Amino acid sequence: MDAVAFRPRPWIRLAWGLLVLYVVWAAARLDFTWSRFVVGLDNAEKFIGRMFPPEILQPDSMLNGLVESLEIAILASFLGILLSLPLGVFAARNLMPAWVSWPARSLIALCRSFHPVIVAILFVKAVGFGALAGILTLTVASLGFIGKLFAEAIEEISLKQVEAVRATGSPFISVLTYGVFPQVFSRFIGFSTYQIDSNLRNSTMVGIVGAGGIGSTLFAAFQRFDYNFVCAILIAIICMIMMGETLARAVRRLLGVDVQKSDV
Amino acid sequence: MHPDESIWQRHSRSERLTRLFLMILVLAAVGYSAQNIEIIPEFLLDAPAQVKDLFVRMWPIQFGFYQKGVHEALMDTVHIASLGTILAVLLAVPIGVLSAKNLIRNIFVNNFARFILVATRSVNSLIWALLFVAIFGPGALAGTLAIAFRSIGFVGKLVGEALEEVDPRSIEALHATGASWMSVLLKGYWPQCEPTFWSVALFRWDINIRESSVLGLVGAGGIGMALDSALNLFQWTRVSLILLSIFVLVIIAEIVVTQIRKRIL
Repeated sequence: MDAVAFRPRPWIRLAWGLLVLYVVWAAARLDFTWSRFVVGLDNAEKFIGRMFPPEILQPDSMLNGLVESLEIAILASFLGILLSLPLGVFAARNLMPAWVSWPARSLIALCRSFHPVIVAILFVKAVGFGALAGILTLTVASLGFIGKLFAEAIEEISLKQVEAVRATGSPFISVLTYGVFPQVFSRFIGFSTYQIDSNLRNSTMVGIVGAGGIGSTLFAAFQRFDYNFVCAILIAIICMIMMGETLARAVRRLLGVDVQKSDV
Repeated sequence: MHPDESIWQRHSRSERLTRLFLMILVLAAVGYSAQNIEIIPEFLLDAPAQVKDLFVRMWPIQFGFYQKGVHEALMDTVHIASLGTILAVLLAVPIGVLSAKNLIRNIFVNNFARFILVATRSVNSLIWALLFVAIFGPGALAGTLAIAFRSIGFVGKLVGEALEEVDPRSIEALHATGASWMSVLLKGYWPQCEPTFWSVALFRWDINIRESSVLGLVGAGGIGMALDSALNLFQWTRVSLILLSIFVLVIIAEIVVTQIRKRIL
């Protein structure tokens, strides 16, 4: 053995080189040029200049938008959490026969695969403009996220306790409440608080495609070039989301659960 | 617990009270929201029929349009997501370093870095895209920057946490040899964080594929622009083709990421 502390790794270097080549190629393909960037920086200066000082031009519209976003997030989280409880159980392959778990798993996969904005567009077409489309969109997103992680959590449980409860001759619902849920409930609450947080973020955005909330106020302000109002709305959104994050953390601490990094 | 309570209870009284309080709070919030929100009941009743109508109009999927109008835009989406992720990592790693309490022993700097991480995460990618479209004009550049800025918070937070969890002994050993700050970072911290780093980057790339597929709706390039024009022109058979393409792309990205993670991590 030669005494080199840090052996050079040619394959890793090659990989880094390829990555750099890819960046150059892809940037050229997407037509990124230095001059565009410079022109953009010039624009950015004007743009940011017009954003400050932030000004609340329509306090009513802003307040209503924020409240509506909050309501959308609350209702969607409630519905989503409520529905994902049975969905997750149905999708767990260690509790359910394949003919139950496969449809449930496909439904979860379908809910997960589309970005909320696309789901929102479809719901706006289906149920019209307004908060209802937003609620349905975020409910779908919650179902996909909580349902998947909850089903995975159930699949990881110890079956010994389940067997013990079954051996007493309990009906299936008691097996669930005494054998399964105690093992996974803290994780379920962890996923749920995470999703509430995520719903709050997304509820500020669905309005851009017409599904209610502060997003529509923001988009309207954008189209009128009221950039100082845009800035005020953005600050309000960031404050609301930070508050939501703090609240979610407080609830998690209060209930003594924590979301693992690998879960998120 | 009271000594005279003969029935075992899982939670102490204060725990039960906390839970009850939270439950009431949740129900009050839900009740208030349900009452206050504007939902037009006719729209709700009409929804199933409308959804059915939507699916009828989307059929049959216009596969012939793929080569002409979808493929290029779909590839653009992939590149926007990839370049955006790479840029995000470049921007996020320094901020992650600044936010790590064991690396930078200055609470003011830590908190400032954390604030940047939270603020970038709080603004949705679609809103970032609106801002960048206003600055750089419509196109993929705005989309890439939106993806990058949106991802800073996620990548930076996880990188910062990984740095804080590093085993201090090998760092101390390097310090003892008189290694420079950069060497300590590259040879002490980096090898320990490398697996987390790659897994975070890959995970974010997967998320970004989904995100970049919608940025076009506000003019920031990629497949979303094709979707937007098809929606505006009521070409529903094209809409279904585009949705299917996005679906397949997302599935492929997920498979790629799981395979790479299995191989290298």
